[in-house]
Amino acid sequence: MISAMKNKVLDVRPFGSAKIFWILALLVTVFFYLEGKGLFPKWMFKVPRKSQIPVKNYISDFMNWLVQEANFGFFTFKELTRGISGLLDLPLSFATSLFSTGFMEGQGSQAIQIIPPMSWIAVIAAVVAMGHYAKDWKLASFIGACFLYLAIFGQWDSAMVTLASIVIAVPFGVVGGLLLAIGAYRFPWFEKTISPVLDLMQTIPVFAYLVPILFLFGFGPVAAMIATIIYAMPPMTRIAIMSLKGVPSEIIDFGNMAGCTKRQLMWKVLVPSAAPGIMVGVNQVIMLSLNMVIIASMIGAGGLGYDVLSSLRRLDIGGGLEAGVGIVVLAIALDRLSQAFAARSEPIHLDGQANIIRRHPWSLSVTVIVLFTLVSGFIVPAIQNYPDTWELGVGSSLAELVAWINVNFFDALEAYKTIVLVYFMVPVKLVLLKMPWAWTILLLCVGAWQLGGRKLFLLTLLLSLFIVATGMWEKAMITVYLCGVSVVIACLIGIPVGIFAAENDRLGRVVQVVIDTLQTLPSFVYLIPVVMLFRVGDFSAMVAVVLYAIAPAIRYTTHGIQQIPSPLVEAGITSGCTRRQLLWKVKLPLALPEILLGLNQTIMLALSMLVITALVGTRDLGQEVYIALTKADTGRGLVAGLSIAFIAIIADRMIAAGSRKAKQRLGLGGELGQETR
Amino acid sequence: MSSSVKLSCRGVWKIFGPDAKNFLVNHNHKPRSRDLKAANLVGGVRDVNIDIHSGEIFVIMGLSGSGKSTLVRCLSRLIEPTGGEILFDGQDLLKASDDEMIEIRRHKMGMVFQHFALLPHLTVLGNVAFPLEIQGISKERREKLALEIIELVGLSGRENYYPRELSGGQQQRVGIARSLAVEPEIWFLDEPFSALDPLIRREMQDEFIRLQNVLKKTIVFITHDFDEAIRLADRIAIMKDGKVIQIGTPEDLVMNPATDYVAEFTQHIPRAKVLTAGLLKEAYDSSIKTSGTVAHDTVIADIADDIERSDKPFVVTTADDTPVGLLSRKRVMDVLVGREVSL
Repeated sequence: MISAMKNKVLDVRPFGSAKIFWILALLVTVFFYLEGKGLFPKWMFKVPRKSQIPVKNYISDFMNWLVQEANFGFFTFKELTRGISGLLDLPLSFATSLFSTGFMEGQGSQAIQIIPPMSWIAVIAAVVAMGHYAKDWKLASFIGACFLYLAIFGQWDSAMVTLASIVIAVPFGVVGGLLLAIGAYRFPWFEKTISPVLDLMQTIPVFAYLVPILFLFGFGPVAAMIATIIYAMPPMTRIAIMSLKGVPSEIIDFGNMAGCTKRQLMWKVLVPSAAPGIMVGVNQVIMLSLNMVIIASMIGAGGLGYDVLSSLRRLDIGGGLEAGVGIVVLAIALDRLSQAFAARSEPIHLDGQANIIRRHPWSLSVTVIVLFTLVSGFIVPAIQNYPDTWELGVGSSLAELVAWINVNFFDALEAYKTIVLVYFMVPVKLVLLKMPWAWTILLLCVGAWQLGGRKLFLLTLLLSLFIVATGMWEKAMITVYLCGVSVVIACLIGIPVGIFAAENDRLGRVVQVVIDTLQTLPSFVYLIPVVMLFRVGDFSAMVAVVLYAIAPAIRYTTHGIQQIPSPLVEAGITSGCTRRQLLWKVKLPLALPEILLGLNQTIMLALSMLVITALVGTRDLGQEVYIALTKADTGRGLVAGLSIAFIAIIADRMIAAGSRKAKQRLGLGGELGQETR
Repeated sequence: MSSSVKLSCRGVWKIFGPDAKNFLVNHNHKPRSRDLKAANLVGGVRDVNIDIHSGEIFVIMGLSGSGKSTLVRCLSRLIEPTGGEILFDGQDLLKASDDEMIEIRRHKMGMVFQHFALLPHLTVLGNVAFPLEIQGISKERREKLALEIIELVGLSGRENYYPRELSGGQQQRVGIARSLAVEPEIWFLDEPFSALDPLIRREMQDEFIRLQNVLKKTIVFITHDFDEAIRLADRIAIMKDGKVIQIGTPEDLVMNPATDYVAEFTQHIPRAKVLTAGLLKEAYDSSIKTSGTVAHDTVIADIADDIERSDKPFVVTTADDTPVGLLSRKRVMDVLVGREVSL
């Protein structure tokens, strides 16, 4: 990553002294690499334990104090968290009863079902109705087919448990995010306070805060739901703030001129006007909640996520894949449905006064179906529960397919793996590990200074020193190596694909569908085929990360090229550029800022995926977080998590600064121009 | 225009930048351009004094960046002026509390916006009734009132449409209807027709004139289009760099532009569209045979055909039919072909 950064620096600011510095730096780096670690004292690679700042102990002690002793006078902290769990448990158990277990009377094994859950027919009818309401019959039948798939392939029960938790987590995430956004919109100081927190929440790996949640809220579906809400809320808040700020000033002026009070202005003018944007946030919350399904099952969520996790642990590839596909199908269905709701324009005007059946055709017919299946389910069980005998299983045949690939292509796969490992991954890893931390930080800081001036320099220095001081440096370098390697490969594949997609409409559409699908898949799902084909290790991790992180590299490149103003391209053509010249001399330079943003997103996604690949046996910070989770060691998990977040923040700020510079140089964004006005 | 002053602004300043208020006080409310520049401040509105009379159409004309939109927002206090007084029926708006401002806006002010500013989630009816809804008027009553106004602007039958189902011109009719729903005493229109196609713009201007003939509101109309200003205004204020450089009737501006800048605008305006019979008239002589009468405030372009056809002059009369002068064919022809006319 650092070497990639160097190139960017040269691209962005090609002036003399900087160039010479980086050439010298490269030579010194090669020298250090060849001479090995012998040149430096040992503490230059690993800070001895007694000189480390014991941040993790501080955190662990604080958590202990919080749980054991913290007291608000009337109630203890522990009572507060238990109270919150109790409160959240009410809607969650209602939803679980509705979709999965039915409403029970009594406790434990003596419980008697009074009302059965919604029958499979009723659920499918409901989603079909929503699909038609949101868009059209095509969407309705697609979503119906997705749910039918879950029934046919035996995933229904788990899927309904998952659906129940999503149905409850999403409104909490949406409302919470919206309220935070409104606060931030109304009070600038509040926005200033939560903005860095949101940054951190989006970059810190989920595992890291699973530990404190486990600590505070115990193990179980409610704790899992809280983790899901926390995970899904920051993007919602961001999007809602942006949408509120995006409401045209004229609309606000109008609201004031109509004599709105502050509250009326917010709820009658601003929020409804920002609704389309806010709906995009809702879609995000749904997708992120589904993304959390597997991770949340580590702290007690049941359902499909639990099925995948336990299959992975048993190395039951077929079973894991079946449940994984179940999550994907559910994710795609909910994604399409919520996107359709987001894009749904207000209904075309209804002429005259329609009667209740015409106005609410769907709610009525769904109610009828629900009641009908409820009653008839008592007589004909197949209406209540999808009969086992109709189920199909693909697990075993999938496992056979994988076995077949492994038997027949083992040598070829192994050869690819070895070549990439020996000639690319291992050397990069060694370079990073053989550099003393002081040298690496020096180079990083010089880069930061050139790109973003003193502020960025200080930030970079402080954050990287935190990593050194807490004894995380070596693991951090492995993270940087894995992330860097994956990002380079993702860009090597993604940027050319993005260019082709931009140049060729038909290919563009195909690529669009593929990356849309890739982005709907929960991150865990990538692990399954990768482990099946390449077994555990760095290479598998890299492949999974590349698959997960490639989408933005493609998307932003395509967008960057397509958004170039057409007069500029026409000017290139009329000056007699060949296609190749047009691409290299006109389009790519102009698309550079956008491509850099794509690179930035790719790095962020790669880092978040990297933590999950800890499950396939990496030795980086992600593994550290994962170990902390299994040991319920809050301090250890948070410190490693923060280190990952800091790496992400450094990369993000540097690339953003580079992108800004490139934009200014090209006179595109002109942010500086606006400031001087 | 001797009628009473409805809205008056005295020494209004809007300075953008930190600590602008103290800056203005320190410079005794008369900072010069270079003072502003030295302090790194931007003068959006600079020392504006205007009186807007009851029932007149007062047009504020200026190019983009001239401060006209800032000024109209200062008048309605959507933007807090840095200094000065804004007297509305004698009450200084800048001293009104938030609650008083809400009351004034609810009942006495209406505003139309350049990009319509319709609420996307409400129907035409919902949009027009919105200002009434805010006041807590019952659904039944506000919808009845809204329907009346929708009819007035010619959108009957479209009540249940959503804004995006309407054309730009229709959307602005909704904007106009909505601003009229509370029967405002003063009506602000901020470049209402600038976002429309030229043909529609023309049609909307005619519609606007028709409405004003019925409603007789006090109007502050913002535009960057001098032709539009000439067409609609009783009086025009021309703005440049935050300052008002000339206020006058269209005729005044065309005949006596105060600066070269104003002259730039006026020189391409066909004078027949601006000059009135009253201005061109020659001394009245009852012995001369005439072929008819024209009102003194008629624009030449509107009577040119009649006068051209007749070989005798016309009598120019005031509002109460008193003859005050004569208008000959020669004079009208002079104006039409652009010859120098002695006045």
